[in-house]
Amino acid sequence: MAEFINASILNVVLGWFGGAVSADHWVGYAMAALIHATLLLLLIANAALLFIWMERKISGRIQDRLGPTRVGGKFGWLQTLADGLKLLTKEDLMPGGADRLLFRIAPYISFCASFAAFLAIPFSVNGVAWVGQHLNVATFFILAVLGLEVFGVILGGYGSASKWSLFGAMREAAQVISYEVPLGLCAIVPVMIAGTMDLVAIGNMQQGWFTNWFVLHDPFVFLTFFVFLTCATASVNRAPFDLAEAESELVAGFLTEYSGLRWSFFFMAEYGSMLAVSILAAILFLGGWNGPLPVTDWLGLNSANGSVAGYLGSLAGCLNTLAKGVLGVMMMMWARWTLPRLRIDQVITTCWKYCTPIVCFTFVGTTAWMLFLPNGLGVLPGPARPYASVREAGASAGPQPRPGSEVVARRPVPSGALGAPASSPDPFSLSADAE
Amino acid sequence: MEDGIYWPTFFFLLFAAVACAFGIAVVITSHVVHMAFYLVLSLAATAGLFFLAGADFVGAMQIMIYVGGTLVLLVFGVMLTAQAPFITMRTRAGEWVMAALAGGALLSLLVWAAFSVDAWRPLSRAEAEAVAVRPTATRIGMGLLGAPTDRVRLERGDSAVDRRLAAGMSGYLLPFEIVAIHLLIVLVGAAYLARTRRRREA
Repeated sequence: MAEFINASILNVVLGWFGGAVSADHWVGYAMAALIHATLLLLLIANAALLFIWMERKISGRIQDRLGPTRVGGKFGWLQTLADGLKLLTKEDLMPGGADRLLFRIAPYISFCASFAAFLAIPFSVNGVAWVGQHLNVATFFILAVLGLEVFGVILGGYGSASKWSLFGAMREAAQVISYEVPLGLCAIVPVMIAGTMDLVAIGNMQQGWFTNWFVLHDPFVFLTFFVFLTCATASVNRAPFDLAEAESELVAGFLTEYSGLRWSFFFMAEYGSMLAVSILAAILFLGGWNGPLPVTDWLGLNSANGSVAGYLGSLAGCLNTLAKGVLGVMMMMWARWTLPRLRIDQVITTCWKYCTPIVCFTFVGTTAWMLFLPNGLGVLPGPARPYASVREAGASAGPQPRPGSEVVARRPVPSGALGAPASSPDPFSLSADAE
Repeated sequence: MEDGIYWPTFFFLLFAAVACAFGIAVVITSHVVHMAFYLVLSLAATAGLFFLAGADFVGAMQIMIYVGGTLVLLVFGVMLTAQAPFITMRTRAGEWVMAALAGGALLSLLVWAAFSVDAWRPLSRAEAEAVAVRPTATRIGMGLLGAPTDRVRLERGDSAVDRRLAAGMSGYLLPFEIVAIHLLIVLVGAAYLARTRRRREA
């Protein structure tokens, strides 16, 4: 979004000041920051509203009930709003023995961690990138920041001075810290195929038909995708991995002593993280903003045909990303209301004895596949893979499977090539148009 | 842009102030969990400084390793060993004096070094605006592999350097591996110490 806002909206807004304010002026920076932050906040807040309603409806249908039907019409659209009003009017309680500072600040820490992940998520790339901050290590940044969400949970559980809260927080800590390992390994597989951690470049490499999506790159990545989904569910602490708030044993875990607005901040953080990991999965494995078929390309919706066409193309891409993200969240809900809760030993066993070895195996398998079958088996229909052509261009210097091969001198360094790295042309020609 | 605030400076001062303030708070407070909390805020502000400098990779590393590491320290170091509900630590006057001496010595050394090395002199504002930061982790990787991009350019044509590079003897890959093995040994040792001792049935 940064480029889009700076290029289009900001000029219009600055025009209101009659040209008295230049684009470099601090008003411009402040407004750009404000617009970015507000858009992302609105996204998280509205997503939470939608997801809580979806959760009620889906759980109702799975349990052969109707779910909410009255508030706001036939489908109970406004149920979440009514819930929110109820939470706002609740008394903000704090246990007598609680640590005041930690108890009060914990929900905001969780929410900030969840919010910060959205800063680096690109929603659409079509000439300009709709992204809060275009980081070239976005994958890594998002995983690092999402891991901090548990910090708020631990502080809240500890600060509550309640045994239920402390037990819940300890379980959550053990679980999240364990599952970060396979989650990071899963993210390495598509990063290795793309040769970059830049989510904009990763998404752009999956242009074309759905056969170009990384999930269909080879069987190992296909397997990795499901391990990623499992680990993502566990790392955002959703059922069947929701031991930290197991109501049958721990009352409500770390949430036991919370009420009202602080409680709802924890839930906003949880739903925000669910959306964040779902969109991350969509970009890493499912093509991100590229639809199953390149309809926007066929319609000519790119910035070469005027800014309106470019904007429509970006909007279609953004809707693609969000739809994939919401589908991912829906799958998590489906799992939650279908599977029974695991015990703590089963949770840790799943992580260390199944997920981690499987993803190590798929990592090695993908490496071997890229080395021996860099162009795939050719059984999938559709246009050529953009990243395959990049790789062939780099392969003329030797069998180097990475698109970034000119930059990274991996084997004994040829003495003549050393001056080249910093000045060599960017091999990610697809990402160049996004900058 | 001559008028108005220079934003990088503003944010540098902001993050630096946050980092320093919470660093002092870590020292002053006597509550262990509060200490860990302030430490996390201080380290996160340092990560903000890295992001400000365009070192996105180092900033994300700072968050993952230092902030996340403090978290693990808090969980396993404090919560699992705590004997009382809320732990507090008392510091004696002698300890304050010793700590002030050691910390003051380090601080004066760092300040002296920071202002005496020519290459670390702060840029003037015109120079800073001319430098286009293009953040990339390539240089870090090249440095690890033994080809620090900022040096190689200067020493090109020197065949001795080329030979050393070709032999893989410069760079930081070997130290990196040694550190990695060291950490692995520490992990194995920790697992050994923490395991359940099985009593042999008599």
